[in-house]
Parts: sequence; structure tokens; C-alpha cells
Amino acid sequence: MDESDRTTFQRWPKRLPGRALALVLTFSCCILVSPLLAQDWVKTGTSLGVEKVRLAVADFKPSTGDPQDTALRKTFNDTLWNDLDVSGVVELVSKSFYPLQTPGQPPEVNFLVWNAPPPNAAMLAFGNLGVTAGRLTVQGWLYDVKNIQSPQILGKQYSDVASDAAARVMAHKFADEIIVRLGGGIAGIAESQIYFVSDRTGHKEIWAMDYDGSNQRQITHLGSIALSPRVSPDGSRVAFSALTKTGWEIMMYSLDLNRLVSFPRMGGTNLSPAWSADGLKLAFSSSRAGAPEIYVADVSGGNLRRMTDAKGPDVSPAWNRKTNAQIAFVSGRTGLPQIYTMEADGTNQQRMTDQGYAVSPNWSPNGQFLALSWVRKYGPGEPGSSDIYLMDIASKQWVQLTHDGGHNDFPSWSPDDRHIVFQSNRSGSPEIWSMLADGTKVQQLTFSGRNTQPNWSWK
Amino acid sequence: MFLALSLAALLFVGACKKKVAPPPPPPPPPPPAAPTASISVSPASIQAGQSASLTWQTSNATDVSIDGIGAVQANGSQTVSPTDSTTYHLTAKGAGGTQEATARLTVTQPPPPPPPPPTVTDEDLFNQNIKDVYFDYDKSDIRADQQSSLQADVQFLGQHANINFTIEGHCDERGSTEYNLALGDKRASAVKNALTAAGVNASRIKTISYGKEKPFCTESNEACWQQNRRGHLVYQK
Repeated sequence: MDESDRTTFQRWPKRLPGRALALVLTFSCCILVSPLLAQDWVKTGTSLGVEKVRLAVADFKPSTGDPQDTALRKTFNDTLWNDLDVSGVVELVSKSFYPLQTPGQPPEVNFLVWNAPPPNAAMLAFGNLGVTAGRLTVQGWLYDVKNIQSPQILGKQYSDVASDAAARVMAHKFADEIIVRLGGGIAGIAESQIYFVSDRTGHKEIWAMDYDGSNQRQITHLGSIALSPRVSPDGSRVAFSALTKTGWEIMMYSLDLNRLVSFPRMGGTNLSPAWSADGLKLAFSSSRAGAPEIYVADVSGGNLRRMTDAKGPDVSPAWNRKTNAQIAFVSGRTGLPQIYTMEADGTNQQRMTDQGYAVSPNWSPNGQFLALSWVRKYGPGEPGSSDIYLMDIASKQWVQLTHDGGHNDFPSWSPDDRHIVFQSNRSGSPEIWSMLADGTKVQQLTFSGRNTQPNWSWK
Repeated sequence: MFLALSLAALLFVGACKKKVAPPPPPPPPPPPAAPTASISVSPASIQAGQSASLTWQTSNATDVSIDGIGAVQANGSQTVSPTDSTTYHLTAKGAGGTQEATARLTVTQPPPPPPPPPTVTDEDLFNQNIKDVYFDYDKSDIRADQQSSLQADVQFLGQHANINFTIEGHCDERGSTEYNLALGDKRASAVKNALTAAGVNASRIKTISYGKEKPFCTESNEACWQQNRRGHLVYQK
């Protein structure tokens, strides 16, 4: 893989007398941890280090002569291609290698031109799309083109009222069918959602969009400042923090009812809600008793318990999404903010980051990694760029994912453990970007206004 | 002798005509005297709101009036205070005719009243006297060089015990959004604690953190960042 120099784990903690020694040790650490690294990546399902399936995706062909076909076909084909391209589980065969005649139906598949060079595809996705009497119908197949006797892996048909949104949803569904089959049984994310903060209306409000940046829509209309959206595990609610007349309070928005639902006012400054994996509890930061500390409450707001009791500001909790038994958080108790973990009852508080300015922890769905934002080399004369890192919880080994400068913050894992969405100002203003969890396939998702604090849905 | 003759002749003629000569008509009454009229105003110029004395004399008049005032005595005086310049027109009518006289009273507008002495509100005093408290990067403890500001604040707040206020905690743009809001909360609390420790009643103080959401200055340099790392005291209406 061409990014190997960027995915070097380093041991922590290190206390090194000199730069030369540091280099030597760093180098030997690379060698020492390399097998572990490869193993880790396989476990996270990003399939790095293993050969990816070469998948050819022929543009779906028109099945009717309806004039709506052309635009819907483009939406479908573009969406399907992008879903598969960013999935991280297949290697898409460039369309320039495709034969002139592509199939729209199974009988039209010419196995020999697909399974041999130049395409040399292992798999072929193809199908057709048409509008009849206002209904859009898509037929799609996935063929193992090296298995001429029994090629069909997948055959699907979708039908709905014809619209651009319907074409998009069908492409997402078909992409996810392919990804779950070629990606080790892990469900695709093409129908997942990303919640974020946008100021494009003039106020910071909570917004939502499809995982690929399409279908952006405003959720809250408070006209104040809304921050830190966190969607519930079942996708029915978004908790966030908003500036009210009495200060910052945790607020709750029902995506089923499309309105705010009650959550008690806590008093003090209340920030950064985080859902437990079972959806029954919320952790958040509150200064109701003085300094900002981590509290845990039932989702009703009742049964409030304080988990931390340190002088430094404690904020940004993130629950272990696999075990539901640990909480990561940020504390400034020793100076610059660092990442800590603790049991969900507040015991066993452990510092995870050794230096710099470390914030915005987000626990991977498999429970193994924290994504975080880190200015490792912090201080006068240091470059001071804030980048996205992954840290292996058990070993505290870390890997840097972003290297392109600027301020990168608020990483949030995709449900499939393979992607991370984050905020970056590398384009000039803060926007939402996504990437594979190895730092590749970086895509900008928002372009209007200042967009921050993305939060990926749990499924 | 001539008179006697003439008289005799006259008698003779008359005797002839048998007529008695009528008595001579009474002499016509002497023509009525023409009225006189004069009017004056003193002083001739006043400022609006002041008054002047209007004095008039007439003679030989039965009907005396002044425009705008109406019928008046033949002689008299009256205090007037018109708001605008006025010409008093006296008309005296009598058997001997009509006589008119005028007097002009000039009214000057007074200079605009001097603006009332500015009333200094508590809010003005607060804004003039209260000093914000500045912080080091990522810190929420009170710097030594900020003690004088705090002492000035304590002194002012002690003298104006009726004033309630809010302490806003602000941070510079470099930190992360959520951590900065927590840090801003700590800064606001640090200022509040310093004030209450010095005797300011905690019930007068509200705190709010704005993190980096409402910066005073938006440039990316230390001078600007320092402006944004502060506890900002705001008068509470």
C-alpha cells in the first residue's frame, strides 16, 4: 500500500534522550509492531494488506424510452460508483478498460471480455433502469465473471415512484448488497446519515445529510447556537447542546416527530452529549456544580450522576460502542487537554495521550480504537497542525491519518468501522470531509457555509 | 343815521308785504372733534415666553378696539405675551371719525434650552469603570497582572451594590469547540470566584461561557487571540 509511511504506529509512552535515538527507536518500533499493525487493519475490516476484489461496474442501461430515464440513470450510476469506490472493500476497475458493449441484462454478459485483461475483473455489476408510468424500476446483478457456470452472486429489483431521491436510494441499497457480500459480511453504510452543525442560515443549527454529502437538510431552527449533535443508536433522536436564555443546555430532537422533545435543564454549562451503546443513557459535560465535569444520566435526564471530580475542565465524553462499559473523555486537569478513559461508573480513570493538545475522542464500533484530534507537537515554534489520529485502546499505539495541514477535528466513525468523517479547514473554511480509516479516499462532503462537528449515524 | 333809514325802509317794505321775517336759524353745532388714538408697547421686543405692557390712549372715541384683543376701554394697558411677533392695531371710532394706531411687538425665539445635564446611568458607570480579566492560553487561573483590574472591579462593585452583571468566558480560536466552551466556563467561574472572595455577593453574578463562539477579534495573531481570552463583564439590565 502506498500510504505505508503514514501509518506507522509508535510506542507510547516514550522518554527519549535525543532525536537520533528517537529516530532509531521509532524505526525499530515500526518493525516490531508491523505484524500487529497488519492484524489490526484486517480486524477493522478495512482490508488493508489483503488483495481487494477487482470489481467492474458497467453503467446501468436504459430499459424504457422514458425521457426521465437519462437524468435518473446518471444519478443512479454516479451514486452506485461512488458508494463502491469509497467503500474500501473493492478495487474498482477503471471504466476506460471496459468493452464498448456493456450488458444491461444477464444474457448480454460476455464473460471473456470481462474476466481477462484489460479489465481483468473478478466481479461485474450491471443492470438496467427505466421509468414506466411514473415508476422507476431498477434491475441489478452482481456476477462472478470467473465462474461462468454459476456466475450470479446477486440479483435485485427495486421499484418506486420515479424521483432523483428514489434513484439515489436504490443505488445505495444495491451498493450495500454488493459490499456486504464482498466485504466480509459487514453491512454497507450507503444508507447511513451524518449529522453536523452548519451556519449557512446565519445561525449554527443542526443539519443532516446522506453519508455521501447529498440530501443536506436543516434539522433545528433555534436561531441561537446549536452544537455537538449526537444521534441515538436507533437513529430516532439527536441530542445536542444549545445556547438558551439560561445558558448552554442539552436538548433533544426527535427525528420521528420532527420536533424538540423535552430534556430537563441542568443549570450551568452543559455540553457534548454522548449516547451509550444501548441508547439508555447520556453522558455529557456539566458545570452545574462548579467546574465542567462528566455526568451520566438516563435519557430522560433523570438519575444524574457525576463521574469525574477534577479541577480541570472535563468534556467530550464518548462511550465504548462495543462494550458500553467505558467512556473516553477530554480533561484539562494537567494543563493542555488530553484524552482519558474510565469505566462507565467513573472508576479507573486513565490518561491515554502523552503530550500535545488532544480532543474529540470517538470510539470505533468494534471497541478497539479511538479516533481523536491531536496537535502532538504543541507549543511555540511548532507547526501546530491539528490532525486526526487513531489510537489502539489496549496498547496506546497511535497512527496519524491526516497529513494535509490545517485544522482537522471531530472525527466520527462510520457504522462499518471502515470510514471516518471529520471537520477540516484545508479548503479554506471548516467543512465536512470523509475518508477511509487508513486516511485514503478523502472526500469533501459540504461546500456551503461553515460546517462542523460531524456525527455518523450508528447504522 | 344810515342804519335808521335802512331799518325804516325795511320796515316799510315789510309793511307793504305784510310778511314777518323768520327767525334766523340757530347756528350749526360746532363739528365734533376728531378722535385721537395712540398705542405703545414696552418693551418693544421680548423673547417668547416673556411679557410686555401694551398701553393705549384715545380721546373722542366711543368705540375702541384692538385687533386680536377686542373691545377695550378708551385708555388702558394690558400685559401681553404673544408667542410670535405681533402688530397691535388700535382702532378708535368716534363721531369725529376713526383713528388708528399701531404698535409692533417683536418676539424673538429664545435660544434652545441648554441640554439637560447628562444623567450618568449605572450602565454607563459600569462600562466606564469595570475592567475585563484576561487569561493565558489554555489557562483559567487569574494572572498576576490582572489583579489590579479585579481590584478596580471589586471597588466599583462595592460602591454600586445594586448592579447585577454577567461574566462571559471567552477563548481564542485555536482550541477545539467543546473544550473551549468548558474552558470558557472555567474562566467565567474563576472571575466570579475572585470577585466573591473579595466580597461581591454571588447572587449579583451570572456566568456564561461563549468558548470561541463570539470572538471580539477575528484575526489569527496573538494580539487578537489575547483579546479573545477573557472574562468579559456585562451589565445586567
